[in-house]
Amino acid sequence: MSETIVVRASKDQPVTFTQEELGWLPWLDPLPEAEFTERHWAGLVERSRAKSDYFRLLVRDPQILEARTKTDKDIFYNIADGLPRAERELAAAATSRYNGCIYCTSVHARFATVHSKRRDDIQRLLDQGVGADLGERWNAIVSASVALASTPSAFGQEHIEQLRGVGLDDAEIVDVINGAAFFNWANRLMLSLGEPSTVVDA
Amino acid sequence: MSTEPKDVIDLLAGIEPGSSLDGIRARRLQARENAQKSYLALFEPADIGDVAVAERYAVAAFVAGIHAEPAAASFYSAGFARSADRSELVDVLGAEIERARTEGPYGAFPAGLLSVEDKGGLIHRIAGKSRSVLGGRLAAALEHAHLLVFHPRDANPAAIRMLLEAGWSNTAIVTLSQLVAFLCFQIRTIAGLRTLGASLGHGASVSAKAS
Repeated sequence: MSETIVVRASKDQPVTFTQEELGWLPWLDPLPEAEFTERHWAGLVERSRAKSDYFRLLVRDPQILEARTKTDKDIFYNIADGLPRAERELAAAATSRYNGCIYCTSVHARFATVHSKRRDDIQRLLDQGVGADLGERWNAIVSASVALASTPSAFGQEHIEQLRGVGLDDAEIVDVINGAAFFNWANRLMLSLGEPSTVVDA
Repeated sequence: MSTEPKDVIDLLAGIEPGSSLDGIRARRLQARENAQKSYLALFEPADIGDVAVAERYAVAAFVAGIHAEPAAASFYSAGFARSADRSELVDVLGAEIERARTEGPYGAFPAGLLSVEDKGGLIHRIAGKSRSVLGGRLAAALEHAHLLVFHPRDANPAAIRMLLEAGWSNTAIVTLSQLVAFLCFQIRTIAGLRTLGASLGHGASVSAKAS
């Protein structure tokens, strides 16, 4: 097995938070498709993900990748009930902004804009940070996400009350908790196994 | 085994069968089941690869300990005590957790407009005496775990190189990264659900146990 580290020139690294599409470059060699077993393909969940360096790196441990991907999909894409998709993406974007993951923020800020049509508000979150005033309801979601991202957790009864105060029921609060908590997982993979690039197909 | 192992998030958040939070979690059944499958993939994998069970629990006990999340810290330190071959390791890990505690997230951004948001903080290095007990490989993993928990935006290729030099393969680094990152998710889910449960009058027995 190759143990080569892939050292990248950082000249194309983005230096601000953006809603533009970014690329991502791995610091370790992704698994070449030629070395995939059936377990690796199952770990990807969707075969098309083999095109992505990120997923071909994570698929080196296929069992955890498969469970992680299915957790992710249900938290964000199961919209039969609960919190609107836009606000799940807001929780993801706010968490990513606070942790400092420029790549994850770009993806989920873009999704939040698509689903909410509030591009300028999302841009204020990116430009001003998690203290930006986005209106009462969004402020409550951002502030709960930030408290949960802090180590140790700063999430308390005041956050629950604030979320209830802007109209969220318990199931919607669980969607905020799940979405924000999940990005503490995603951010750490994206930040520690590679880096973003302004060149999309680098 | 005669019964399914209990869902770890439910266990540590104090969610009882039939409670309202149990019903709410059931609406995201795939997420609930796969959060548990993620836990099993990391601690009882079909293929253990080259990250030993005791290493996995050592990192988990450290990550839960530095989060200062009592229920998760007791759960994973018990797992480490079961899997460690020497009790000395458990004592040394406990001492390192005390030294490593701080508040996050902090770290630096790429130089430019965001540099005004750079925030310094503890860069944890395992003490020499602890290092000789834990070994260089586990010490490198714990230092990396501290970076990921508290200041993930400081991660860089040099951190990966340190792991490679300490004997971690590409695949083992992926497993280690997933382990630390998953725990950051699981611990926050537990903290969030327990707080919500407390507002509904649930979970008194768990908070009593954890205190």
